[in-house]
Amino acid sequence: MGGKQPEPANVSSKSESMATNKASPDLLNSLSFKSLKLKTKQQELLIRVSILGLVYVLAFIARLFSVLRYESMIHEFDPYFNYRTTLFLTEKGFYEFWNWFDSESWYPLGRIIGGTLYPGLMVTAALIYWTLRFLRFFVHIREVCVLTAPFFASNTTVVAYFFGKEIWDTGAGLVAAALIAICPGYISRSVAGSYDNEAVAIFALLLTFYLFVKAVNTGSLAWALGSAFGYFYMVSAWGGYVFIINLVPLYVLVLLITGRYSMRLYVAYNCMYILGMLLAMQIRFVGFQHVQSGEHMGAMGVFLLMQVFYFLDWVKYQLNDTKLFQTFLRITVTSAILVGGIALGVGTASGYISPWTGRFYSLLDPTYAKDHIPIIASVSEHQPTAWSSFMFDYHILLFLFPAGLYFCFKRLSDATIFIVMYGLTSLYFAGVMVRLILVATPAVCLISAIAVSATVKNLTSLLRTKQKVPQTGSMKGAGSSKASSKVLLDQSQPFQKNGAIALLLGVFYLLSRYAIHCTWVTSEAYSSPSIVLAARGAHGNRIIFDDYREAYYWLRQNTPTDAKVMSWWDYGYQITAMGNRTVIVDNNTWNNTHIATVGRAMSSYEDEAYDIMRSLDVNYVLVVFGGVTGYSSDDINKFLWMVRIGGGVFPVIKEPDYLVNGEFRVDKGASPKMLNCLMYKLCYYRFGELVTEYGKPSGYDRARGVEIGNKDIKLEHLEEAYTTSNWIVRIYRVKPPTNRL
Amino acid sequence: MKKSSVVDLLLLLLTIAVLATPAFSDLVLSKVERRIDVTSQFARVTKTLKVVNSGSESVSEFTLTFPKFLGDNLAYLSVAQSEGKGKSKRHLVILSVEAANPKGKPDSISFYSVALPKPLNKGDTLTLEVVAAFTNVLQPFPEKISQADIHLVMLQESAQYLSPYAVESQSFSIKLPSARIESYTNLENTKVQGSEIKYGPYKNLPQYSYSPIVVHFESKAAFAVAEKLVREIEVSHWGNVQVTEHYNIVHRGAQLKGEFSRLEFQARPNPRGISAFKHLLARLPPRAHSIYYRDDIGNISTSQMQSDSKKTELLIEPRFPLFGGWKTFFTIGYGLPLSDFLFASEGKRFLDISFGSPMLNLVTEKLIVQVVLPEGSKDISVITPFAVTQSQEIKYSHLDIAGRPVVVLEKNNVVPDHNQNIQVYYKFSNINLLSEPLMLISGFFVLFITCIIYTRADFSISKSSPAYLAKLQWDEVLATLQEVQSIIQKCLATHDKLEASLRDLSRTGDIQICKAARKSTDSLLKDLSKELKPLLAFLQSSPSASQIYLKVEELVAKEKELQEKLMAKHTTVVEGYEKKSSGRDIENRIASQQQKIITLKQEVEDLLEFIDEI
Repeated sequence: MGGKQPEPANVSSKSESMATNKASPDLLNSLSFKSLKLKTKQQELLIRVSILGLVYVLAFIARLFSVLRYESMIHEFDPYFNYRTTLFLTEKGFYEFWNWFDSESWYPLGRIIGGTLYPGLMVTAALIYWTLRFLRFFVHIREVCVLTAPFFASNTTVVAYFFGKEIWDTGAGLVAAALIAICPGYISRSVAGSYDNEAVAIFALLLTFYLFVKAVNTGSLAWALGSAFGYFYMVSAWGGYVFIINLVPLYVLVLLITGRYSMRLYVAYNCMYILGMLLAMQIRFVGFQHVQSGEHMGAMGVFLLMQVFYFLDWVKYQLNDTKLFQTFLRITVTSAILVGGIALGVGTASGYISPWTGRFYSLLDPTYAKDHIPIIASVSEHQPTAWSSFMFDYHILLFLFPAGLYFCFKRLSDATIFIVMYGLTSLYFAGVMVRLILVATPAVCLISAIAVSATVKNLTSLLRTKQKVPQTGSMKGAGSSKASSKVLLDQSQPFQKNGAIALLLGVFYLLSRYAIHCTWVTSEAYSSPSIVLAARGAHGNRIIFDDYREAYYWLRQNTPTDAKVMSWWDYGYQITAMGNRTVIVDNNTWNNTHIATVGRAMSSYEDEAYDIMRSLDVNYVLVVFGGVTGYSSDDINKFLWMVRIGGGVFPVIKEPDYLVNGEFRVDKGASPKMLNCLMYKLCYYRFGELVTEYGKPSGYDRARGVEIGNKDIKLEHLEEAYTTSNWIVRIYRVKPPTNRL
Repeated sequence: MKKSSVVDLLLLLLTIAVLATPAFSDLVLSKVERRIDVTSQFARVTKTLKVVNSGSESVSEFTLTFPKFLGDNLAYLSVAQSEGKGKSKRHLVILSVEAANPKGKPDSISFYSVALPKPLNKGDTLTLEVVAAFTNVLQPFPEKISQADIHLVMLQESAQYLSPYAVESQSFSIKLPSARIESYTNLENTKVQGSEIKYGPYKNLPQYSYSPIVVHFESKAAFAVAEKLVREIEVSHWGNVQVTEHYNIVHRGAQLKGEFSRLEFQARPNPRGISAFKHLLARLPPRAHSIYYRDDIGNISTSQMQSDSKKTELLIEPRFPLFGGWKTFFTIGYGLPLSDFLFASEGKRFLDISFGSPMLNLVTEKLIVQVVLPEGSKDISVITPFAVTQSQEIKYSHLDIAGRPVVVLEKNNVVPDHNQNIQVYYKFSNINLLSEPLMLISGFFVLFITCIIYTRADFSISKSSPAYLAKLQWDEVLATLQEVQSIIQKCLATHDKLEASLRDLSRTGDIQICKAARKSTDSLLKDLSKELKPLLAFLQSSPSASQIYLKVEELVAKEKELQEKLMAKHTTVVEGYEKKSSGRDIENRIASQQQKIITLKQEVEDLLEFIDEI
């Protein structure tokens, strides 16, 4: 190029042509090289955004197994209540919803829905629904409800990315997003159809934490305000907000003790606590608990402590005299503690500050519920966690977690202290209650992501520097043979490169195992709606037991609209939502006595139970029975809890009456009380005539593997109204009293 | 037996005795054949009437009568005149029928007048084919049965034909579903042949002859009645007709009393519960696709489908067997290819689709058909073979703005005989078809535009706050840094060119070209360093770049050094060539320079990378 030299024409043309010949590939090279170089940052952004986008989509579609396997439906028990209330909200509007008195549950007491639920989930779903309708997408509210959980799980991955970025770097953020997107511990509660509070609450929890850490890091009011609103959303969505309001003050306290007090912390905590508290009071179910309940007092104490700290700081600045300050410090601290202690004592004694609730106690002391509150202990998801389920839900994260902790301690900052505290406390709670694995999952994912990201980064940087060494080496021997460079390489660092490659491969192998495990767990274990049961037939074909819906739909269509149905509380929400009939007790379990009354009726003789049922206006009794299909979570297996809960309130019911030598039996050796109580009769009515399995006597209970003890059951006050095709749900009609002659 | 019907019968007999209106006496029915089919849940009556005009005047109207208790339950009535002899040549002309209300009409008889196509002259004969369907005439008796009982029903009719005309010869047969007959009224000339009861023939009956009969028999038919059926037919010009049908089914047979025992219902070999029905069969049009079957609480997994080129059969099983008095609700939906049902005529399009439900033997008490036409359809008109109530509505579906026009057709008491096609005519221009995709496109367009504006626009509230200013400055620093980087890159590229010229030299030995290249690179590098100067000055002056400036300075210095070394190397090589030194000699001379150049190059690249990461 550039042939402007005053040279002879032929030479110049020659040189020009040569120059162009030579330069054009060079130019191309340099151009592409340059454009590559210029765009590395954009490329990185592009890669990051596309990874995040893919993770977002992945988190959503991984949760759709249940829709593909079964159908777009609501799962389990509580989601049915949420679905019913959401339906009510979208049909009647927010004002009606807020003032809703539900007479269809807890007959004859009823339930004030607006004041006894966390409305966050329903309002979220309704807002999504209204937005879609505004955009002219006329979807059914059920679809919105089913997909709310996956949608929020996707959003959680984005928050996890930003959180990871805040506490470590973008790499850790990306890994955290990818890990949390498919972590079984989180998927278990957020598959499509699992329309429960936790679905949005985990998002809100992580968002609040992220914004708070961001506020602490920057000292900015805006972020603190953001975290206050995040907290508000969390309070509106789930009772688990108590974890935030205790963890954050604990964290602040730790920072104070470790001498990391700063203005940033002061601004962040005060703004978050005061605004968050005021906002949370707007939720009717929470109300004044922030100033009145023992569980929230820690946060207030830390708030006051912050003020004392700030005041002392100011005094110290003003005084300049250390001796005087020391005395002042002593006086102030003593008086502050005294005043605080007296206030707490007076508040507790006068009943203004309520003591800790049973649920809170049972978190701190795993054995508490078993001894004092059988109704909490009876729920399977409130049991202490087994090791296997940790392995099942976390897989490799369980091993990466300590490694991540190590990295966190190595690079200690305000943010890493937070994540460490979050991880350790939540892991403890996860050990106490199975369902709290969910709360620990984001922390475990984040800390593990730090481990993965830091390890991979170290290893790749090792590899990268090595790649440069041979380059310079070969350059040094400019023109010399390449063999020398190889020698140089081998001499410099003998095993490091191979070691790094091997370790990297190991990491990728582990991560791919994790991905496989997560997919398997999601598809096999966590995508069943539990309302439709599926089993494999003798020929490997899929058999569907849709008995629950069969029974609920029968109730809905073929009973009077004002019929009252008595069942164990597990099925209450489903009966009201799907059967559209009034129930005596449901999953809300707010009134232990009422539940105990039902438990008592189920464990009494028929004529005693009849009096109880008459007094509760019961028209139908519904029991779940798995003896024909071998379905083990039926009412007979839950029966001891009914006895315990009933006996807890009514001492007439004694657990030993139903046991033989401390053993629970239904066969001939069962106790006479057991063989004649209402639950036994209703489950096994006419079962004695049925042959369930070839080669076994009639009346062989497949769920318990025994031949039942009482085959000749006569019902006096009840009659069979409906039994589903696989006998899983049996409904009995309560006869009106006979005329007195 | 219902008391009211007994009273009806008595009334009827009374009135008949009194009644003798001469107005109808001109016609004589020379032969009447009546067949009543009660194999399903409703009674289907077919009659062949041979009419003779024996009077003096021509008659243009024919009167049909039914006892009132039948007339009230009349669901379907069609009268056709049959022409031609022999079964094969016969063809039917449908005549118009309407309810009549002649003077002095007794309350216990329903009258219908048939308009004859041409007046019947004296002595002429005419054959009429009458098809009528009656619902609710099979009364379950007893009204409540237990699960183990069989289902018995009762039919009331008249053995003699009730007519305002004299009848010369009449025969009557009842076709029952099974041979199990509990009881029947035995008159003269009554024969039972298997599952058929025959009365008559009776000769020379006077006007308004009536002899009540009651048959009590077992019925195994499914008494499935849709209390309400809403059929929504949605036309999409993208190629689909979506039919959604919402059924409120009730079993109208004898009610179940007492227990329902699953054990007995499933017992083999003698299951009890034959009065219940478990299945319903729907015969859908051929090429029906995307069939679903669900209810309020989800999908119902018990259904089977068979399809061939003529039809698609869907066997659906409700969630639970339906006993007498039990109800259920479900929805079935299916898509049909548009080309099979939508046609064009005279600038209009018309949809030609069946009116009634595809379920076999289903009686519908209230049928609502909603034909949803595409948004923007105009001039809508409907042609139905029988009278229906019509109205119009608007329905909003996905991406609708004005809403879709809906034609609502309502009819009570619908039997399978009503499964005739209706035609909905409308005008629709194809341009409307594009509106929805265009809307979507523009929606995304607006979204992207707002994103672009958002990222480009400056939304900070306070333009003078230090943070904002610092941010601005930082942006500027970054921009300058990028420029510096690009200049350094250019320098490096020029260096490469210089090296290339040296390589050429070693190949060709042409010193002139090499010198020229040297000259051009010199000027280029000079220009570049000139460009660099103001940028460096800016970086030095800006406070936020103080740390970066050190690195940049280092970079520039290294680059300068590299440049110098390169030039030195170049001069040495060129000199060597000019002196005609040997290649090895030159190489030895520049070896040390070469090493330095390489290390410098590496350093410059490292620095560049470092700056790049800022």
